[in-house]
Amino acid sequence: MAVISYREALRAAMRDELNRDKNVVIMGEEVAQFNGAYKVTEGLLKEFGPKRIVDTPISEAGFIGLGIGASMLGIRPVMELMFWSFSYVAFDQIVNNAGNIRYMSGGLINCPIVIRGPANGGTNVGATHSHTPEAILASHPGIKVVCPATPYDAKGLLKAAIRDNDPVYVMENTILYNDKGEVPDEDYIVPIGVADVKRIGTDLTIVAHGRAVITSLKAAEILEKDHGVSVEVVDLRSIRPLDEETILKSVRKTHRALLVEENKPFCGVDAQVAYLIQSKAFDELDAPVHRVSSIDAPQIYCKRMEDLQMPSVERVVAEALKVLA
Amino acid sequence: MAKPAVLTHPESLKHPAGPSAYAKDPVNASMTKEAKIALYTKMARIRHFEQRCIRIYQQGKIGGFLHLYVGQEAVAAGTISLLGKNDHLITGYRDHGHGLMVGMGMNECMAELTGKVTGCSQGKGGSMHYFAPDKNYWGGHGIVGGQAPLGTGLAYAVKYQGLKGSCLTFMGDGAVNQGAVHEAYNLASLWDLPVIFVVENNGYSMGTSQERSTAHPGCLAKRAEGYNMAWDVINGHDVYEVRAKTALALKRAHEESKPTVLEIFTYRYFGHSMADPDKTYREKEEIKTYRDKKDPVLLFEQELLHEKVLTPELSQTINDAAMAEADKAAIFADESPDPTLADITKHIYWEEDNRGPKTTSRGTIIFE
Repeated sequence: MAVISYREALRAAMRDELNRDKNVVIMGEEVAQFNGAYKVTEGLLKEFGPKRIVDTPISEAGFIGLGIGASMLGIRPVMELMFWSFSYVAFDQIVNNAGNIRYMSGGLINCPIVIRGPANGGTNVGATHSHTPEAILASHPGIKVVCPATPYDAKGLLKAAIRDNDPVYVMENTILYNDKGEVPDEDYIVPIGVADVKRIGTDLTIVAHGRAVITSLKAAEILEKDHGVSVEVVDLRSIRPLDEETILKSVRKTHRALLVEENKPFCGVDAQVAYLIQSKAFDELDAPVHRVSSIDAPQIYCKRMEDLQMPSVERVVAEALKVLA
Repeated sequence: MAKPAVLTHPESLKHPAGPSAYAKDPVNASMTKEAKIALYTKMARIRHFEQRCIRIYQQGKIGGFLHLYVGQEAVAAGTISLLGKNDHLITGYRDHGHGLMVGMGMNECMAELTGKVTGCSQGKGGSMHYFAPDKNYWGGHGIVGGQAPLGTGLAYAVKYQGLKGSCLTFMGDGAVNQGAVHEAYNLASLWDLPVIFVVENNGYSMGTSQERSTAHPGCLAKRAEGYNMAWDVINGHDVYEVRAKTALALKRAHEESKPTVLEIFTYRYFGHSMADPDKTYREKEEIKTYRDKKDPVLLFEQELLHEKVLTPELSQTINDAAMAEADKAAIFADESPDPTLADITKHIYWEEDNRGPKTTSRGTIIFE
């Protein structure tokens, strides 16, 4: 098994699917000649040519809408947003069109479109470029949202997304692009809607997604080493659909839950997860459910403060100790 | 009441009564007698369907919005009558006429308005969201201008698949100020896509006249020049003219894979929707003038009487049949069942509706 980066894993997924299905098209700002704003699509233009790898103008509502329209006729566009923050100028297309057309047509039409790109803070770029809209988008029935945390999941989830017949929004993380991990060369997918227990433990369940999984795994090591606590880390991988069973199974085992996400707290993904745990595992809990999320303000520019605004290993450890107290 | 601004339809208002100058255009001259009668019949069916809707709406059986196409029939009829098997269309919320033109049945259309499970979208779309993808009709879209990028994408798909086709992307005059429309214009021209943007200019974006809403260089279609696109203006009261000029745009799409903007001057007789009392922004006299002098269905009837394709008796028969069909559709819509509570959560995801060995996702996707 090769050890490759998260970025290379995404590229491998796209290359596989471009080879497998002639209707797959990669489209977005700077994806072709420039080789990708983050080099995720590097080399694909050379390999597949300009019909399959298409540079777009800076015109998100236009090109995302174009991709949705093309998907209704059987094209399988994989659209790159340079930042998921830019989805906000294409919101009508992403939500009203891709998310509603199947429903409003009584099931006559489907939109097999993938929109992917980074959705994260922590890069010192200020509020407009640091949005994490997974909860906003997942709150719309008709849309699927996944957030891979590792290279293996990045490749497997993106391949599953491209083969999916519904709109799937893949939220990546620029800070993870260089992270390396083992990724099979052979064909595989990570089914959408299946969480992954990234670390097995007995005393506390941490539920996280995206980079918060990596933060939580580091916190779990410290909790074990310094505090003798055995922590289980559940990586959601998919926000909608949500693997409720894996969350509940873990909580029923550990009887304590801490929810970690890089979103702001209000109506975040973990608000839904907390509701799930209290409604389906209330009697199993030995302590209230706690959350760690970003401090509730627009993303601050100052790098030193931004690092504190987002869930850090230290904050996760401190909050875990409160749940365990 | 302030005097409403004069509509920028001088060309169409000047159009003389009598035979159409476009009757001899090859695309019209080549029509058989039967094809002409069929086209007239479709226009009459749209008229009577829409007028029947008014009664049902007034009976309180149609909820939400009802945007009527009465007065604009020649636009959908003229353009859509030219389409072949790889030509597609998409429009905004004033979408009934287009649906009937592509061959949707009055029953399914009427039942959709009353929210019944026998409706074209099983009561999930309503008036603004008709769809018939089997007839290349991709809706029926509620957000002004939101369909413009979709139509451009349909044209992109046709081109990608190597087919000689197009996508007619309809919108109202109010849509031309939406960003999504301008982004679609740019992409269509930049990538040489076979899309035809049809601006159905009925003079008012809801209750705001064109003069009060839109800065333009004499006409709305001319904005195409800013995107290096071909454009034309059309008298939308003359179905022959609509066909003649749309045929040129289709030729451009099919043979050169180039986009066109067509601005078709038309007029709606009723308010923006049935919720619009239509008392504040235009004069009754203006509506009367259009009804009396520019009615597209009456003008085409006169044209065909002049050509001796129609007789007054045949016209009466066609109109009686259309009225009877609309009456039957109203009864069908009335007697059809509602969707069930369980139907609310169907047709959200393809995968949930098609569970089988090949579907891979798991987990909870519809929440309590």
